[in-house]
Amino acid sequence: MPKLPSAKIDRRRRMPMKEQAPSERTKNFAEVALGYTGEEAMKEAQRCLQCDAPMCKEGCPVGIDIPKFVHETAEGRFDEALKTLKDTNNLPAICGRVCPQESQCEKKCILGMKWNPLAIGRLERFIADRDEAITSVDITTNGRKVAVVGSGPAGLTAAADLARMGYSVTIFEALHKPGGVLVYGIPEFRLPKAIVEKEVEYVKGLGVEIRLNSIIGKTITIDEIFAQGYEAVFVGSGAGLPTFMHIPGENLNGVYSANEFLTRVNLMKAFLFPEYDTPLKRGKSVAVVGGGNVAMDAARTAKRLGAEHVYLIYRRGEEEMPARREELEHAKEEGIEFKLLMNPTKIIGDDKRNVKAIECVCMELGPPDESGRRSPVCKEGSETTLDVDTVIIAIGTSPNPLIVKTTPGLKTGKHGVLEVEPYTFKTSREGVFAGGDIVSGAATVISAMGQAKEAARAIDEYIQNKDN
Amino acid sequence: MHRIVRKIELASGTTLFEVEAPDVARKARPGQFVIVRIDDAGERIPLTIADYDGGKGTVTLVALSIGKTTTMLSRLEEGDSILDLAGPLGNPAEMIENGTVVCIGGGLGIAPIYPIARELKAKGNKVISIIGARTASLLFWEEKMRAVSDELHIVTDDGTAGRKGFAVHPLMDLINAGVKLDRVMIIGSAIMMKVTAEATRPHGVKTIVSLNPIMVDGTGMCGSCRVTVGGKVKFACVDGPEFDGHQVDFDELMARLRMYMDQEKLALEKYTHQIEGVPACLSSHPQK
Repeated sequence: MPKLPSAKIDRRRRMPMKEQAPSERTKNFAEVALGYTGEEAMKEAQRCLQCDAPMCKEGCPVGIDIPKFVHETAEGRFDEALKTLKDTNNLPAICGRVCPQESQCEKKCILGMKWNPLAIGRLERFIADRDEAITSVDITTNGRKVAVVGSGPAGLTAAADLARMGYSVTIFEALHKPGGVLVYGIPEFRLPKAIVEKEVEYVKGLGVEIRLNSIIGKTITIDEIFAQGYEAVFVGSGAGLPTFMHIPGENLNGVYSANEFLTRVNLMKAFLFPEYDTPLKRGKSVAVVGGGNVAMDAARTAKRLGAEHVYLIYRRGEEEMPARREELEHAKEEGIEFKLLMNPTKIIGDDKRNVKAIECVCMELGPPDESGRRSPVCKEGSETTLDVDTVIIAIGTSPNPLIVKTTPGLKTGKHGVLEVEPYTFKTSREGVFAGGDIVSGAATVISAMGQAKEAARAIDEYIQNKDN
Repeated sequence: MHRIVRKIELASGTTLFEVEAPDVARKARPGQFVIVRIDDAGERIPLTIADYDGGKGTVTLVALSIGKTTTMLSRLEEGDSILDLAGPLGNPAEMIENGTVVCIGGGLGIAPIYPIARELKAKGNKVISIIGARTASLLFWEEKMRAVSDELHIVTDDGTAGRKGFAVHPLMDLINAGVKLDRVMIIGSAIMMKVTAEATRPHGVKTIVSLNPIMVDGTGMCGSCRVTVGGKVKFACVDGPEFDGHQVDFDELMARLRMYMDQEKLALEKYTHQIEGVPACLSSHPQK
């Protein structure tokens, strides 16, 4: 067991985490943030005030007992800390990396009122990354079957929670690898795929079966799943349908949806072509359109593939960007060139229909809209052209309509999201529950997991009450 | 894993595989396709379903060796397995009853047009089939096609089998002879589908084509397979693969099919050297 660090605790500043230098990391796909050492983690954990009424816990969508695991970490009892984490969170190595802690647990940390909030995400990540202490869970099976559609963050969470309640759970996944956006969307340099595999193995270790290459609505329908004796279905199929801009030139060679670009790189490993068979156009000058995390991921990926210029075109200003601050800063450090208050109007091609430029207009911010964000207004006669050979469109996604089209009785709302009851996540169809991006539209990993946890509880209640 | 239970060389470079895939076989309909990935470093490629047997739990796929993946596939033997096989994908072919339909299969397209012709015949249609290829050695399934057709025309570009010329020639003869056609269904190369659809346009004969753009996931999540149909962007994997041939922007489709030509050539060269035991020559390697 490591010894307690003897140095005096400085509660003001958080322990910095080592990172690859920007000049180095833009040449590889290895993780940017390198994680804490045991000593660093203990020191950081000792900054925690162990509040009587901890606010941090309220900020966590899956309700981790943060003071407890932090206290265990501070004392070097890392195995116990892991057990505490896994009591409520099935995928801590992922959450510690990709959660927007600054707007969740860390936002509520009392230290943050005056100084830096406790680095809860980094501590979670440190504990989860320790291989030696895989916690085993005692499960009493109840012999009842539940199906989960999709193996993204929502599906994995619902499946793991239901398995721990004793259900026999089968996940149906359309792609050839489990993980959803964790494997095809978020790049290796933010979330190594080996980490995702390890977390998926943990879920499988709880007795969850994952059926790959199973497309709901095509390979099997939800009605057929019920006919096979499953008592409830949780739909966590996400929001994977890309939005295009519907501007001229969008079908030119070299124009990608961010989904296609990132799937080729992350899932198919096109960055290792020709050792891997999937090709990708490696642009010299790349325009990424959008201001969210997906846009940042696409831009930083393009840079790592050798682009000399990567322009990030966003129609509002930096303040309005929905991307996490940390991602935005990382992107800047890596030399991504921000083209703010600009909106593409046309993509221009050469005689072989390859992209050669993108035409944009300048924007200015008008009054705030219903959502409180200031809406951009076009400035007349402000057209400008950027010479690029690749365009990546990252302006959002919506739910894939395949499941709704093939399942009678499922009600949908705006942008094709599934309508569910609050708290229970029940859909309009008996026995079918849903959570994550298919319900909320494209949101965060952790909110999908939070919804899935609620839904798992509701599914348990539904099945228990069915007998009465 | 999906075991290959039967392998037959149908024509030069054209191989048939009957593969175990019970879930897909149970649901497959004519006109649908699957996505396959051979091994862990492999890419995902779409292959149209040429036949299926729900009872036996197998689907039949036909592939033409043109690039690395299809060459690798052609080297697999009975008893070997394909790592991933997802489907059935896309919409089934739209059927009509008691009409007169011309079914055209060009080259590899002969395989997937077969189950469509068979079903159209079973639905009481008069089925006139036209199968064609560049040369005689690329033709196959003449007898199978004859068995589900009321009339069968064979064409080759070089005249080595059947009539010399293109599929459009016997089709135009039918139209010019005043045969009333309710529908033309075409599966073949983009250029063949374009030329043939152009020929039927002035005669107002409804012409359905099965498009073959580049695909990745095949489930509607990326838009790699997008095509312009009637001025609107469609995803061939979920909205198609069949579309009204008179509405398709074929020039755009053909340009998009050429997008990765350099990389495809490189991957094949490297693989060919590897299987022939010659050190890989990477002189034509684009920037890494």
